[in-house]
Amino acid sequence: MQQELNQLVTEAEQAIAAAVDLQGLDQVRVDFLGKKGRITERMKALGQLSAEERPKAGQAINQAKQAVQQAIEMRREALKNAVLQAKLAGEKVDVTLPGRQQPVGSLHPVTRTLQRIEDLFAQMGFSVAEGPEIEDDFHNFEALNIPESHPARAMHDTFYFPDGTLLRTHTSPVQVRVMQARKPPLRVIAPGRVYRCDSDLTHTPMFHQVEGLMVDEQVTFTDLKAILIDFLQSFFESNDLKVRFRPSYFPFTEPSAEADIECVMCAGEGCRVCSQTGWLEVLGCGMVHPNVFKHVDIDTETYTGFAFGMGIERLAMLRYGVNDLRLFFENDWRFLKQFS
Amino acid sequence: MKFSEQWLREWVNPAISTAELAHQLTMAGLEVESVEAVAGDFSQVVVGEVLQVEPHPDADKLRVCQVNVGEATPLNIVCGAANVRQGMKAPVALVGAVLPGDFKIKKSKLRGVPSHGMLCSTKELGLSEQAEGLMELPADAAVGEDMRRYLQLDDVSIELGLTPNRGDCLSLAGIAREVGVLNQMVTTAPEIASQAATIDASLSVTLEAEGDCPHYVGRVIQGINPAAQTPLWLEERLRRSGLRSLGPVVDVTNYVLLELGQPMHAFDLQKLAGQIRVRHALAGEKITLLDGQTVELEAGSLLIADETKPLALAGIMGGADSAVSDQTTDIFLESAFFDPLAIAGRARRYGMHTDSSHRFERGVAADLQVPAMERATQLLLDIVGGQAGPIIEVSIADKLPSRANITLRETRIGRVLGASVSAETVSEIFSRLGMAVERTPEGWNVIPPAFRFDLGIEEDLIEEIARIYGYDNLPSTTPSVHLQMPARPEGRVQLARIKQTLVDLGYAEAITYSFVDPKLQQLLDPQQPAIALANPISADMGVMRTNLWPGLVQAVQYNLNRQQNRLFLFECGLKFIKQDHEIKQEMVVAGALTGSRKPAHWGRETKALDFFDVKGHVENLLDLTGLTQQFTFQHEPHPVLHPGQSAAIFRQNHLVGWLGALHPSVEQALDLSQRVYVFEIEASALGEGSVPKFAPLSRYPSIRRDIALVVDEAISAAEVLDCIRLCGSEYLTNIELFDVYVGEGIDSGRKSLALGLTLQDLSRTLKDNEIEQELNQILSVLNNKLGATLRE
Repeated sequence: MQQELNQLVTEAEQAIAAAVDLQGLDQVRVDFLGKKGRITERMKALGQLSAEERPKAGQAINQAKQAVQQAIEMRREALKNAVLQAKLAGEKVDVTLPGRQQPVGSLHPVTRTLQRIEDLFAQMGFSVAEGPEIEDDFHNFEALNIPESHPARAMHDTFYFPDGTLLRTHTSPVQVRVMQARKPPLRVIAPGRVYRCDSDLTHTPMFHQVEGLMVDEQVTFTDLKAILIDFLQSFFESNDLKVRFRPSYFPFTEPSAEADIECVMCAGEGCRVCSQTGWLEVLGCGMVHPNVFKHVDIDTETYTGFAFGMGIERLAMLRYGVNDLRLFFENDWRFLKQFS
Repeated sequence: MKFSEQWLREWVNPAISTAELAHQLTMAGLEVESVEAVAGDFSQVVVGEVLQVEPHPDADKLRVCQVNVGEATPLNIVCGAANVRQGMKAPVALVGAVLPGDFKIKKSKLRGVPSHGMLCSTKELGLSEQAEGLMELPADAAVGEDMRRYLQLDDVSIELGLTPNRGDCLSLAGIAREVGVLNQMVTTAPEIASQAATIDASLSVTLEAEGDCPHYVGRVIQGINPAAQTPLWLEERLRRSGLRSLGPVVDVTNYVLLELGQPMHAFDLQKLAGQIRVRHALAGEKITLLDGQTVELEAGSLLIADETKPLALAGIMGGADSAVSDQTTDIFLESAFFDPLAIAGRARRYGMHTDSSHRFERGVAADLQVPAMERATQLLLDIVGGQAGPIIEVSIADKLPSRANITLRETRIGRVLGASVSAETVSEIFSRLGMAVERTPEGWNVIPPAFRFDLGIEEDLIEEIARIYGYDNLPSTTPSVHLQMPARPEGRVQLARIKQTLVDLGYAEAITYSFVDPKLQQLLDPQQPAIALANPISADMGVMRTNLWPGLVQAVQYNLNRQQNRLFLFECGLKFIKQDHEIKQEMVVAGALTGSRKPAHWGRETKALDFFDVKGHVENLLDLTGLTQQFTFQHEPHPVLHPGQSAAIFRQNHLVGWLGALHPSVEQALDLSQRVYVFEIEASALGEGSVPKFAPLSRYPSIRRDIALVVDEAISAAEVLDCIRLCGSEYLTNIELFDVYVGEGIDSGRKSLALGLTLQDLSRTLKDNEIEQELNQILSVLNNKLGATLRE
């Protein structure tokens, strides 16, 4: 009997191994373990045995059944796994093919530069102020201590409208508007478009500036130096960037200065960009002129302040190595996309 | 202001190099813009004398010359210059010489005749841009002397970019003064001797515009030699200062202008009728100026006139009629003080800018006129000869500029500069600068010198202290300020966020000019008149944009012409609208798109953009506010947009923008080869957002019911959705429009909309009959109001 069972199990194992798919395997299960299966038949025949033989025989048949069941399960797992493997193999993709991207655009380099400047000054508590681009004479000139006959007006090449209003020639009128609207302490920067009637290789009739203004009870020229050196070194990410201040002239500041940085193209060696001087002029600044304070009714005995202004295109050119100013306003897709 | 370093060093000669000098000037606020050699780089060029000139046997235009260069035998030199002649002195480049441009002079043969050197023009020596013929040297030039030494060419021209406040440095005297202050040295001015009158000739001068011209100095000089030449040394100084030689009289006045800073003018005495009147112009008077242009004078312009006519636009330019010519033998010289305010702006109004107006509008010292007259007389008598009359001086003392006393508080220096400078240093700086200084218990009383028109208040003096002390010698300090936290409204959508959203959608930001071509603006916004500039830089930048489409569409054209045919461009900027005499400057966000929805990709079909791509982008922007429900899109006609594919954008009944395809007729007018979509929204409408407000989440299941409605094609999707929103109960939490169908199975003129309705309650699971009831209610309202039926 045991021998027969062993024989049966061997047969079953052979059939299981021969099953190539789950269906075939199921047929083997039916053949051996189904209602009329060969092992099931054996089980049914137990009743014909004597009570003494039955437990032992039952146990042997059960063992055979379990062995077959186990073999079927193992085979089933193997077959399932093979099916899965085949399925996965069929789903393989070429991972080097380009993905289905949402193409990303780009901010204009001028905006990128402006935002960087705004971010840096925001960390020092400067907030952003804005003003109109069509300005009146008072805010653009008069209140900034540039009366009608002042020679500095000639340097501004102003665009006028027939009614006497004009396109602001600098962002400085925003200073005036801020001081008219608010009381010190003030810490603002004013970015924006400005216009001058000038167009050649190095001038476009429209460009961008950022104006800065700080008014408080103890603001000094040496503070101005510190903040601008800090800013320029942060902007160019160079802690040892050399910055120098030279006396200059703006009607709305006194003392006035221009700040130069060591040429970032040649590290001060002298190159085409810095006209061989090793220095690049990057901003104008100074202590707010008492006449400007008078126009906006700020007491010069209580408050002092500084103001500064810089050209954004110039900073963007230096930062990104752009070599032609006019590229900024041609809006060539190939140019714009470089600032993604 | 351009000047020769050598000339400066005659006045003051600090022991520093040219580079150090340039640095010193720059750091003192007199910015050096360029330092240039006054001649090209050359060697072995000497003074030669042409002994003999003979025709070349084989060339008409060449001459064979014998030239003495100080050696035993003269050199045989073939020369092509037309002005070569026997006896003339000219520079000779010897064999072995190297001329500018690395041009080596070798022994050569010209058409068979040997030539041992070259006679040179000014151009060949790098002394001028162009030249006609050989450079002619004075008869007394020493033959054989090296040209560099003879002309003292080892010199540089230094050009300063002076700020308008520093009119005092528009002369050698002024620059020397500054250099003296910076190096603590005394300057040596050329000696100006008083020139005694040798004739009585004089002119009467009346000052009728007292305030504008309170000091006038004149002098008659008769019998000058009209054939006299400007000496080489003077011509060279003018050249190194950027001025051309224009005849000896004008050259002398220009020389004094450069040397002392006093603009002068010489009239041809014989062209003057009677006395000199310094007066204001009457309206309509005309004058033809030295540069040939005839100007009609504005009433009030300051004139130099005689008894019959205007002679000169005072301080700006002389008249052609009374100008000195090469026939002139008698002259009247003028050296005047004009109030800066009388000149400032005037020259500009006539479209002129001269060396003279440049100085007068910045301020010429009121005590300079007589010394300048003496200096010019001295030079003229030396150069052109003649007899000088007495100095004519008219002045109105109480109209001359007075130098006000400025009080400087010692404490104010620290207040403004943030650093202290010792009282001794301050006093010393002031005296070096030529100020009259008086020490007071609180600080100083200071009277600035006559040549400083820029010093009027305390801060001006503080700047002088800082300037001479050196800005770079001042420390930097950490500011001490009142800290404040700025307001930062959370509901506000920042422009930067809007820009970033567009960038993430694939747009590149453009920046286009705010002034545009009026024709293009008219085409792209026909109903809005644009504000025109009075003085545009060019006709195609003549008006302020009334929307951002001209610039963006131009950028699209520009790029399409450069083989870029998928373009997503946006711009943020102001548009300028005139409204009832008010100018509205409105920040808008605009875009222009063309080409495919996505770049070509192996894994998907390349589809052209359509209206709903653009609308989707606009909706992305509206979503930033968190208040999308306040916005609606409506069919409205727009002259520039495709009538079937455009929409007006409203925020709570205010028109805030537009989007759509350009009208085919506009596309045609612009010669656009592919469809272009545009949009524009007021930034303020996008800026007012909301702070999120939490709504409780339901724990109970939601139920979705899909329905397919059939409505007339004329009924918009928005009408259907609004109707459902209005009549739905609070259970209706979401509506999704997931299909639109027109075609087979649907009557013509009708369309089918497939909608997914989601229903949910916060406190319980909805029952089937409640849902049925809700749906029936919605369907019945839709049917009543919009004639909608369920699709069968």
